[in-house]
Amino acid sequence: MMTTVVVIGAGHSGLAVSHFLSQRSIDHVVLERGEVAWSWRTQRWDSLRLLTPNWQSRLPGLCYGGDDPDGYMTMPEVVEFISGYARLIDAPVLTGAAVASVRRGPGGAGYVIDTERGRFECEAAVLATGGFGRPKVPDLGEPLPAGVAALSPFEYRRPEGLDPGGVLVVGASATGVQIADEVQRSGRPVTLAVGEHVRMPRLYRGRDVFWWMERSGLLDERYDEVDDIVRVRRTPSPQLAGTPERATLDLNALTDAGVRLAGRLGAVRGGKALLSGSLPNKCELADLKLNRLLDAFDEWAASAGTGNGAGDVGPPERFEPTRTPPSLPLELDLASGEIATIIWATGFVPDYSWLDIDVLDRRGRIRHDGGVVTGSPGLYVIGLNFLRRRKSSFIHGAEDDAQDLVAHLAAHLDSLTRT
Amino acid sequence: MTATSTTASPATADNGVNVEALLGARQALSEAPEGAQFKWRASNEWLHGTHSKSSVESYYGLGADHDHRSAFTFEADHPLVFGAEDNAATPVELVLVGLASCLTAGVAAVAQNRGIQLRSVKATLEGDMDILGILGGDPEVRNGFSGVRVAYDIEADATPEEVRGLVAQSQKRSAVYDILTNPTNVTVEVR
Repeated sequence: MMTTVVVIGAGHSGLAVSHFLSQRSIDHVVLERGEVAWSWRTQRWDSLRLLTPNWQSRLPGLCYGGDDPDGYMTMPEVVEFISGYARLIDAPVLTGAAVASVRRGPGGAGYVIDTERGRFECEAAVLATGGFGRPKVPDLGEPLPAGVAALSPFEYRRPEGLDPGGVLVVGASATGVQIADEVQRSGRPVTLAVGEHVRMPRLYRGRDVFWWMERSGLLDERYDEVDDIVRVRRTPSPQLAGTPERATLDLNALTDAGVRLAGRLGAVRGGKALLSGSLPNKCELADLKLNRLLDAFDEWAASAGTGNGAGDVGPPERFEPTRTPPSLPLELDLASGEIATIIWATGFVPDYSWLDIDVLDRRGRIRHDGGVVTGSPGLYVIGLNFLRRRKSSFIHGAEDDAQDLVAHLAAHLDSLTRT
Repeated sequence: MTATSTTASPATADNGVNVEALLGARQALSEAPEGAQFKWRASNEWLHGTHSKSSVESYYGLGADHDHRSAFTFEADHPLVFGAEDNAATPVELVLVGLASCLTAGVAAVAQNRGIQLRSVKATLEGDMDILGILGGDPEVRNGFSGVRVAYDIEADATPEEVRGLVAQSQKRSAVYDILTNPTNVTVEVR
């Protein structure tokens, strides 16, 4: 089948791209391996809610219309929100069309995409499969002892699905802290291995932290304005959870809940997990970074004055420094039965196993300039961490990125017709 | 930790660290990562009793061997309370020396990069050890440090928060801090 543009992935990013392509009357199809919002349907644990508040859930032409703007969507609500959007914009989605390969067309012109539902030939392609293609699991040097179950966040669903017994959660970003909290509350003692992390309060001066980030302009910060984009794109997700209580879920909250903190997991040797003694430094770095963020919010609030809604916020706050145990566990005997399950909350990487074009760097990351893939004209990527703006990986970040990239894509198509 | 509260001007801070060279190296080596593979070397020879002498002369990096400007030697021994002659610092004290030197170099480099003028940087270190471990007197006790504490006294043209940031960032980028806090594969063979 011939079409002008193929969008791969019918999540919020792919659908936002579809919206702007339709607006320009550019012929296209959105290929989806399962159904719309497939990752949200199949690769999330039961209790997960969005990190961003409902009022911030918006796509081009669609705003949150419910009665709980300060709440956080459950996964079924996210699926309904995105599916409703696909219906609203009447997106040309082809479901059940898992992509087997994407390659350059004959003579390097355009792209040929083989799927479970046939071959597509197009002039431009947009990779909207997201940044969470597969869990990243560290190489520990030796296999885990038999009897220890290991789960990725794709496999974890709820605490009751785990063996009774201790759980080692590796990683303390959004995924790790949320899973550690609910597993600990289920009565399974949790040890949390903590490396570099981003600490954030859920509410600051009475407002959601995302309100501060949006209003102060932080989320609109562009990829070509920051000092070190490689480092910024590697920044882990903040220690946040979207709960009805709007509670902060930092390391102090986890300590209060009974979670045992430990340093980063360095290796497994002789059946023992070796944990770093660097936790105090990681916590100090995160506390200092948090205070710099709060300083920036306070400065913005002072300069914004009563306009912009900054007039009715509470007084500035500073939070208790992260408490670290005086004696950190440096070793966990995985063969002793103390740990029944390890959960890898060590991040995710995009899956480009089907991409047969030489556009990946030595780390397997796609080379791109704000979503315009380097060295492959007409190829675009969207929905990655800080793709074009700090908000790029959030649902509401899709709109501006999709608009920019579709504008670039339309200019590319124009250049083809002129030559 | 003490700090004066004036604000530094990046253009005038001079801690004697060539940050441009370091940033240039980071850029160049990111593009040619094989050049970033270094090998650090030392040799050691027994003198008498627990007294030995180590020498550091060359290292490998940027694709070639390099000689230090001169050979550096370091002696080590055990103290009188161990029944030794105390001809030099103990090896574990040299570990503390390595950690301090690494962190202080980091403080200076980070300060330079952040435009912070340092006036004085002093560190004191203490490592706790239960020597029943090395004596084989208690199998539950490890040989090495059970804990290491470093305290910095820093005077700089920066806020206390900025000074804490220097020390935190220095740990984040310190090789010896990493070596002490994380497992390392060590093989020892007899030729």
